[in-house]
Amino acid sequence: MTPLIVIEGLSKEYLRGGQVIPVLVDLSLEVAEGEYIALMGPSGSGKSTLLNLIAGIDKPSSGTIRIGGIDITALSDAELTLWRSINVGFVFQFYNLMPVLSAFGNVELPLQLTSLSRAERRERVDAALALVGLTDRAAHLPNELSGGQQQRVAIARALITDPELIVADEPTGDLDRVTAQEILGLLGRLNAELGKTIVMVTHDPKAAETAHRLVHLEKGELAA
Amino acid sequence: MKVPFTYIARNLVARRLTTALTAGGMALVVYVFATVLMLAAGLRATLVATGQPDNVVVIRRGSQTEVQSGISRDQARVIDSLPDIAVAGDGTRLISKESVVLINLPKRSTGAPGNVTVRGVTAAGLELRPQVKLVAGRMFRPGTSEIVVGRAIAKGFRGAELDDTLRFGSREWTVVGEFDAGRTGFDSEIWGDATQMLQAFRRNGYSSVVFRLADPDRFDAVKTALESDPRLTVEAKRERQFYADQSQALANFIRVLGTGISIIFSIGAVIGAAITMYASVASRTAEIGTLRALGFPRGAILVAFLAEALLLGFAGGVAGLVAASFMQAVTISTTNFQTFAEIAFSFALTPSIVAASLAFALAMGLIGGFLPAARAARMKIVDALRAA
Repeated sequence: MTPLIVIEGLSKEYLRGGQVIPVLVDLSLEVAEGEYIALMGPSGSGKSTLLNLIAGIDKPSSGTIRIGGIDITALSDAELTLWRSINVGFVFQFYNLMPVLSAFGNVELPLQLTSLSRAERRERVDAALALVGLTDRAAHLPNELSGGQQQRVAIARALITDPELIVADEPTGDLDRVTAQEILGLLGRLNAELGKTIVMVTHDPKAAETAHRLVHLEKGELAA
Repeated sequence: MKVPFTYIARNLVARRLTTALTAGGMALVVYVFATVLMLAAGLRATLVATGQPDNVVVIRRGSQTEVQSGISRDQARVIDSLPDIAVAGDGTRLISKESVVLINLPKRSTGAPGNVTVRGVTAAGLELRPQVKLVAGRMFRPGTSEIVVGRAIAKGFRGAELDDTLRFGSREWTVVGEFDAGRTGFDSEIWGDATQMLQAFRRNGYSSVVFRLADPDRFDAVKTALESDPRLTVEAKRERQFYADQSQALANFIRVLGTGISIIFSIGAVIGAAITMYASVASRTAEIGTLRALGFPRGAILVAFLAEALLLGFAGGVAGLVAASFMQAVTISTTNFQTFAEIAFSFALTPSIVAASLAFALAMGLIGGFLPAARAARMKIVDALRAA
C-alpha cells in the first residue's frame, strides 16, 4: 500500500526557562493510506506533539512530514490553514463543539470555508448526522447532548469535508466504557467503510486494540 | 464572513448581562452625544424657520443683530422707496420698519431675570410673518400701549399672560393677545406698535427694516442697490439667512462642547468594550483554537471578533438613540449669546444625527474590540486548544 504519511528525521524541542527540552528526537514513521494507527506512550512521551505536527497545527524544529505527497512543514501559515481545512478531520478529547451552535451548526462549520450553497451544505450535514445516528438531535445545543452524543457530533464535523486523514486526540478519554466502545466502533467504521486514515492518540489499551497498528513512543522516540 | 453570523450574535446573547452592561455604557455616551447634536440642530431649526424665504432684513452695516443695529427714519424712507417691494392685495406695501429692544422679565421657574426681545411692528409686519397666528385674545391696536406675547413668553415668564400688565419703557403695557409662531424665534418675543415703542424707549430710529420681495429672484439686485446707495450704510440679508446666522455661534458652542464631553466619556465606554471583548476572547480560547484547527484563517477570527464588537456598539447606539429620541418632547429656553435674548427651542433628531450617532457607537465598538480581536487572531493553535 502507498504511504499517506511519510515522516523523516522529525524533531521538536521547546524552550522552557532558557532550557531546551527535546520532545521528539529524530523520529521517522510511515502510515499507509487507509491505515488506522494508535499512538501510545506515557505522559510527556511526545505522542500529542506528534499528532499536532501530523495535523498541521504545530511546526517541527527540524525534519519533514509529507502527507499525500505534500511536505506540510514547508507550507506557510496561511497555506497550512487551507491545507487543514481540506485534508484533516479533528476529533478532540473534550469534543470542542461551539456551545452556542446546534449540532447541525457545529457539523456545518467546516463547510463555511467552502463555496457550497446552503442547500448543498444542508444535504451533506444531514447525511453526516445520519451516519453518526443523530438525525433527531440536529437542533440540539451541545449542552443538551450526552458526552457520547457530543463526540458523535464532533466525528460528523470531522467527516463533513471528506478529508483523507482523521486525527483523534484521546477521543474516548472523557467517556464511560460503554460509550467509549460506541465511539471506537464508529471510528472503526469510518476506517473500514469510508477508507479514512486514522491517527489516534490514546492512553486506553482497549481503545488501542481497535487500531491496526500500535506505535509506542518513549521520551520522544519510537519504542520497539 | 467565514465564521457564521449566528455564532457571533449568539455569543453576545449567551453573555446577556455583560453584553447589556457594556452596551448600556455605550448607550449613555451615545445618548449624550445625540442630545447635544439635537440641541444644536433644534436651535438652528428654530431660528431658520423664523425667517421667510422671500423676506429681506435690512440692518446697519457691520451689526450682526437687530439689537445692535440702527436705521434712521431718513434711511428707512429711502428703503421704503424701493420698487422691488411686494404689494398686498389691498394695495399696502409689504414693508415693516421695526424697533427691537431687550427688556428684563422674571422667569416663571426661578424668578431670575431673563432677556426678552420686544419688537415694535407695523401692520405689514404681521403679514410678513404668516407663521405668526393669534391663539388667544386679539391683536394690539396701533397707537395704544397694547402688546401681544409669544407662547414661549407666556409660558416661561411671570406676569406675561393674557390681561396681565407689564412695565417697561416707563409705561404700563397690557397683554391683549397671545400668539403662536410655530416653533420659531418669534415665539420668544413680545410685539407691540412700532411708533409707540419708539416713543416709549425714546428712540429716533428703527432697528431694522423688513420687506417682502415682489420677485424673490431679484434679491441680489436689491442687495446691490441697497448696499451701494451712498445715502445708506446698511446691509441686506435674506431673512432666513439672517436668522440662521444668529444660530451659528451658540449652535457651534453647544456642538463643540458636547462633542468634546462625548469623546471624553467615550474613552470610558471604549475601555469597557475592550474589557468585555478581552473577557470574551479569554473565555473562548479553546473555541478559537478549534476554529483555527478546522481551517478558519487568522483573518476570519479577527473579523468575527470585530463583528462581535461592532454588534455590541450597534446595540449601544440604537439604545442610546431610542433614549435620545424621547428628548424631542422637551422644549428648553436659553440665552442666545449672539442676540442676548432668550430663545425657546426643542431637541431635533435629524437623519444626519442618527447616522452620526450610530457611526460614533460603531467606532467605539471597533476601537474597543480591535486589540482583543487581534489577540484572538494571533493565538497559537496548540496553546489555545490546551485551554479546553
